[in-house]
Formats: sequence, structure tokens, C-alpha cells
Amino acid sequence: MARSKRSTPEINAGSMADIAFLLLIFFLVTTTMDVDTGIARKLPVLDDTQEPEDMQGNARNIYEVYVNKRDKLLVEDLEIEIDDLREGAKSFINNRGVNPESSDSPDKAIISLINSRGTSYEMYISVQNELTAAYNELRNEESIKKYSVKYSELPKSKQKEIRKIYPMKISEAPPGEF
Amino acid sequence: MSKFKKNNKGGTPPISTASLPDIVFMLLFFFMVTTVMRETEMLVENQLPQATEVKKLERKSLVSYIYVGAPRGNNRKTKYGTKSKIQLNDAYAKVADIQSFIIAERESRAEEEIPLLTTSIKADIDVKMGIVSDIKQELRKAQAYKINYSTRKEQD
Repeated sequence: MARSKRSTPEINAGSMADIAFLLLIFFLVTTTMDVDTGIARKLPVLDDTQEPEDMQGNARNIYEVYVNKRDKLLVEDLEIEIDDLREGAKSFINNRGVNPESSDSPDKAIISLINSRGTSYEMYISVQNELTAAYNELRNEESIKKYSVKYSELPKSKQKEIRKIYPMKISEAPPGEF
Repeated sequence: MSKFKKNNKGGTPPISTASLPDIVFMLLFFFMVTTVMRETEMLVENQLPQATEVKKLERKSLVSYIYVGAPRGNNRKTKYGTKSKIQLNDAYAKVADIQSFIIAERESRAEEEIPLLTTSIKADIDVKMGIVSDIKQELRKAQAYKINYSTRKEQD
């Protein structure tokens, strides 16, 4: 009889907060809210039949960028530095028929990027980065001229409109050995 | 004599801390849920190149990763050499394995999500373009056209 009368002692919950804090701090420290960033690209469809017709007859609309295995750049038959690539690409795309060597109009301009198998990935990414930057800057300028807002702040439909004026056409040939 | 005794003795009553554990637990659960532990062990060196014109990779559940780089650590270097290798999931792979990897990734997703799948190429800065081009060619064969060259954002 005496047994049932004995009540169980209450567990002291005072240290619960401490335990929870300890766990909280652990997860706070281990959490990495890193966002993956990168350069987005779309690979062309594997189809050998349509390749040649694009490239023929309009040499002025093609901006040739070669990167060799020593990470040197050859752009339109001139050796240039990576820092000059952005400006070069911009003036080529935005030529609008002025210079007979450069493109007729931005939507006809094609950038042909050819790299060697020995090109370093770092160099390849910086070339891709500069070419993307050239397009982004042109789109941004157009957006400020037309709507006086930055391209990134435009609504989706208007961004599409500007993308139509400056479509990014980067063609990549299979890499060679040079 | 009133039935309801008012016991104002003056002074502010102490704030009850009884709900403190609940608040802390709530925070705890938030961080537990958002924490992503690295699910793959890195077998290759992976120092990403820097770029400025980057885009965020959204919907992480729809991204499959291909790691490229030299074997990581001295033990692996003596065992596998210093040439760049491809890592898929938790193991080294050959270029020819990429197609089946992409197919396996597709099968684990719902059908309506398949067109949204992105392949993120995480290549080390010292990797040569030859192997990256081979990977791209395989991805084209597997019809995984959306790719992302993973980079670090440049600090300036």
C-alpha cells in the first residue's frame, strides 16, 4: 500500500534550455547556406546536318576567338589580352554595319569560340565570363536607354524583348590540338 | 470584503522563462531542417574558377553534379596518378559512365521535372579543356542540354 502513495519526483527541466542551446549552436555553426553560382549555358542539340549552312558566306558576322593550349587568345587574327576581349566583343556585336569587318546587326552576330584540348579550364571560364559580360553590358545599356532601368530590374517580358535585340550566340567548335 | 482579492504588491512581476526552451527548440528545428550536410565525399581537388557574370543555381534538388579534378590527397595521387579524373556521386568514373549517370538521375525524378534538370560541372581550375569537352559531348548524347559551369563569385 505504501508503495502506490510514493509519487515520482518531477524531472527538473531547468537545464532543457541549455541542452537546446548547445544543439542550436552546433547547427548554427555547421549550417552553410552557400548558394551555388555559375555560368549557365545550353548545349547545342547533337545534329550534324545543320551545322555548315550557318557558317557560310557571312564571315563578317562571325567573331572568331581561339584559345590555344598556352592559354593565349587569338581574336580575329590578332593576339590580344583577356582584358581587351570584352570591349572587342562589344564593339563587334554593336557594330550595326558601320565597320565592314564587324557584324551587320547584333542579332546576326555570332561568336565562334574554339579552344584547344590543352586549354586550362580557368582560362576557358574567364573567356566565357568576358563574353557573357559583353552581352550583359550591352543589354544593360539598351535597357537603360529604353526604360531607364537596369536590365536585372526589368520585368521578365521586357527582359525577353531585350534578349531578342541582343541574342547570345556563342558557337563552340570541337576542340583541336593547337 | 471582496471575493476577488487583488494582490498588487507593486513592482513588476518577473518575466516567465518557461517558454524559453520552446523558442530555442523552434530555432533548433529551423536550423536542423535547413542544414545540408555535404552528401558526397570529395575525391578530387576542387578549386573552382572565379567569374563575375554568374547566375544562381535554383532548385538544388534538380541539379546533378559532375566533379572533375586531380585526385585529392597524396594517398590517392600515388594510387591513381595526378591526371584529372571525373567523380560521379561517390566514386571515380569514366567519361563513358556519364550517360548512364544522367539516365539514373532522371529516373529518380518525377517525369514533369525532367526538362528542368541541370547538370552542374564542378571542375578544378587546373583541369584541361579536353576532358571537359568530352563530358559536354557525352551530355549532348544523353540530351542533358542545360549545364552550368560552377564558379566562385569574384571578390573585388
